[in-house]
Amino acid sequence: MSVMPTTLRRVAGPWLDRRLGTPRKQVRLAYRRIFVLPTKAGLAFSALLFGIWLGAVNYTNSMAFLLCFLLLGLGLLAMLHTFRNIAGLSVKAEPARPVFAGEAAHFTLRLENPDLRERPALELRYEWEPTVLVDVPAGTDASAVVSVPTKRRGVMKLGQVLIQTTFPTGLVVAWSWLRLDRSCLVYPAPESGSVPDPEGGSGDAGSRPAEGDDDFHSLRRYQPGDSLRQVAWRTLARGQELQTKRFAGNAASSVWLDYDALPQLAMEQRLSRLCRWILDAEAERRPYGLRLPGKRIPPALGADHQERCLRALALFQP
Amino acid sequence: MSSGPIQSMLPHRVLLALLVTLGAVTAPHVLHLPPWMTPLIIVCAAWRYQAGSRGWRLPNRWVLLLLTLVTAGGVVMHYGTFLGRDAGVAMLSLMLGLKLLEMRTRRDTQVVLYLGYFLVVTQFLYSQSLLIAGWMLVTVWALTALLITVNRRTTPSGWFPHSRLAATMVAQALPLMIILFILFPRVPGPLWGMPDDDARGVTGLGDSMTMGEISQLSQSAEVAFRVEFDGPPPAPPQRYWRGPVLPAYDGRSWRQPDDRGAFRPPLEPLGGEIGYSVTLEPHNRSWIFTLDMPVQISTQVTVGSEYQVERRNPVRERIRYDARSALNYRLDPELRDVDPAPYLHVPENRHPRTRELVRDWRGRSDNDDELIERALQHFRDQPFVYTLHPPRLQDDNVDEFLFNTRRGFCEHFAGAFAAMMRIAGIPSRVVTGYQGGEINPTGNYMIVRQSDAHAWVEIWQEDAGWRRVDPTAWVAPERIELGLDGAVPESDQLPAMARRTQSWTRQLALRWDAVNAYWDRWVLAYGPGLQQRLMDSLGLGQWQRMLSALAVAMLVCTGLLALLILWRQPARRPDPAQRAWERFCRRMETTGLPRRPQEGPRDYARRVATARPDLEQDVEGITSHYIALRYGREPHESELQSLHQRVGRFRPRRA
Repeated sequence: MSVMPTTLRRVAGPWLDRRLGTPRKQVRLAYRRIFVLPTKAGLAFSALLFGIWLGAVNYTNSMAFLLCFLLLGLGLLAMLHTFRNIAGLSVKAEPARPVFAGEAAHFTLRLENPDLRERPALELRYEWEPTVLVDVPAGTDASAVVSVPTKRRGVMKLGQVLIQTTFPTGLVVAWSWLRLDRSCLVYPAPESGSVPDPEGGSGDAGSRPAEGDDDFHSLRRYQPGDSLRQVAWRTLARGQELQTKRFAGNAASSVWLDYDALPQLAMEQRLSRLCRWILDAEAERRPYGLRLPGKRIPPALGADHQERCLRALALFQP
Repeated sequence: MSSGPIQSMLPHRVLLALLVTLGAVTAPHVLHLPPWMTPLIIVCAAWRYQAGSRGWRLPNRWVLLLLTLVTAGGVVMHYGTFLGRDAGVAMLSLMLGLKLLEMRTRRDTQVVLYLGYFLVVTQFLYSQSLLIAGWMLVTVWALTALLITVNRRTTPSGWFPHSRLAATMVAQALPLMIILFILFPRVPGPLWGMPDDDARGVTGLGDSMTMGEISQLSQSAEVAFRVEFDGPPPAPPQRYWRGPVLPAYDGRSWRQPDDRGAFRPPLEPLGGEIGYSVTLEPHNRSWIFTLDMPVQISTQVTVGSEYQVERRNPVRERIRYDARSALNYRLDPELRDVDPAPYLHVPENRHPRTRELVRDWRGRSDNDDELIERALQHFRDQPFVYTLHPPRLQDDNVDEFLFNTRRGFCEHFAGAFAAMMRIAGIPSRVVTGYQGGEINPTGNYMIVRQSDAHAWVEIWQEDAGWRRVDPTAWVAPERIELGLDGAVPESDQLPAMARRTQSWTRQLALRWDAVNAYWDRWVLAYGPGLQQRLMDSLGLGQWQRMLSALAVAMLVCTGLLALLILWRQPARRPDPAQRAWERFCRRMETTGLPRRPQEGPRDYARRVATARPDLEQDVEGITSHYIALRYGREPHESELQSLHQRVGRFRPRRA
């Protein structure tokens, strides 16, 4: 229902915009934002009613008329009750944690029910992603997490989320599109597989200790470009794969991650590589700084620093 | 979503409720179904239950298809058709039973519930009583509650909210139902032909009379029709409700002639006019019953040469009509334009002993009146017995009855008397109908039952015209004055309602009949005819006006319901912790440090602590308690008390 044919979208778009309004932090489902139509089950129910009516006419059976009209009344009431189930609900989206491109962004929607009635079985859906079901108890709120797939780095706006319900009878669906002003920061996808170490650090070559077992930090799979002096020959002799020794001293010395040092790669690939480096350096506890054209973040460590660097990558404009 | 383990789709208790409800919907049909079908449906239901609770496998599609074909064939074998009422109901019940074995998804369950709604309707083809109406409301409620439960895709907190919601919805649908019932235009049926079995079990007078038929009918206490009189009801001897008139006689049975003339003989009312309204139960024949003799009738009828009132179509539903009758009249005194021969016909070789008897009377009588008198006296003087259980007559029924058995019911006396009159050369015919009727003091109307079925004779005489003679009145005068109960021997079996004894159960039954009479009169008899009359009296006679009235009424009613349903009940009052916190905030306002609108409790406490170190301890205590109560997992009652105390003690001074 949220994915309409383009022609329909062109015609209905402005009308929808008028009714739904521009995205905002909190959306209250006022009457004019809600749409109601019968479901397939509702159409089948209408056919059933028509059948009963035909029988009633044919047999001139007053009780059959009574039942037919009772069910017709129930169908009309189903419209009102289904409408009521979402009318007046307030929805706001909480800020979403940044994700890497390709992952799903998780928006937590908080549904506030100001009424004394429970609002059961609300369905939330972003485009054709799986539906999330939530019951909102009377007078309180409930939250539901809507997953939105991301493709590219940058700031991803939530767009519109379908909220619908067929409760109570399933004969009628009432729905609205939530246009919520929320976005999620999308970092570049970190490059996968093996990547070379960041080279050309900031004059730290001299401080790298040649030996020193007490400074030994960890082993890492060998990557092309690693110094042969650091290969763990002993483990290789034991028949294990080629590994590179990492030293605590290495980690202590900071490294500059430089956009311009990767001229052979395209922009997005460079950003992916930088992203991977940032994650690796953070994991290795090795201070790192980031140099982007027009931006320079001095070496440091820690979650805040990592976030700052990744944000710079996400928002990077050449 | 749509498929999945069948257990999780229908929780055990829901499945049980579903099966019980469908059982209640099907149960009234058990008597009409072929005998093998009820066990089959029970087995299907039990199998489905085991599938839900023990994980039994449901049969695969091919097995089910085969089973469907075989059992549908069985239905056709049993009824000879799969159309018509009985076969249709059997098919529907069968589909429901087999669909249970295919109920794997939410959609299947919905189909089952729809079949359930439809099965409720079919019950009305058998009975439309008030009890059935109550039963309809209950089953619709149960089916709706199940529809809600099955449709809900999250786990409900219990069965009660859905049951209550379904009850609310059914109650709210009732006014809409009433509006539609009254104003929705009715189309006269039937739209297609109905097989004869639809009328099976409908009792009433037939178009012929052989001795022994009416006594059968008289053993039924079913209501034939109900009458309200405009004034006082006529005296019992005047209560002759004219039905089919049977002039053709073949020596054995009396019947209607094949070609009935459209000619209507002249009727001269002689006063004693009486107006009344009849609510006639369906009897699947076209006759309309009126008091002897009708002069005016509100419904579309034809009055034939025998003064028999008929409708064009058989009465298959309850109808209601107003009529006026003249209790005193003269009908066709000259017998003009009518050949009297058919009214004198008796096959040559029949009733030799009766002929002899009549010849003897004729010889001893000076005129017709004397002969008639002799014939009636004969019934009184000879040991004739009026009984519901006359012996069977073999060959010449009139001779046998008059000379051997002498035990008979009204049709014996009427048939024999009419035959005697014809032999004597007096034109005569048998009239069947109802005689009598019981006044129900509750509701002040008359009930005429099948047990009041009667037959009498009309003879024609110069100047007097056709005159009613009831030989039964000579044998058993109590029959006319008191009804059947007073006339037949105590040993004769009669249905309880045909006896007129005064017991409290009978009183109660009469009250109940009065309620039913209103139901029949205003609800069940409400068809195209009654609707048109009601609309005419409301000034909505034209269909455009009626449709406008319908639209307006529906809009207003739906609007009111919408107001009721969408009325936003305000949320619960804030919880006690919230109220205490708000009181604290109000007190803080006096210190000149009000909480900012977007400020959370913790931030506020921090700001207050910096600005007013003297309040820090109190504010910190209140805030932490409030946060614990409001956002903590399971706040304790004592914490709330402590918060109240702290806020109560908190009296900040201005800085």
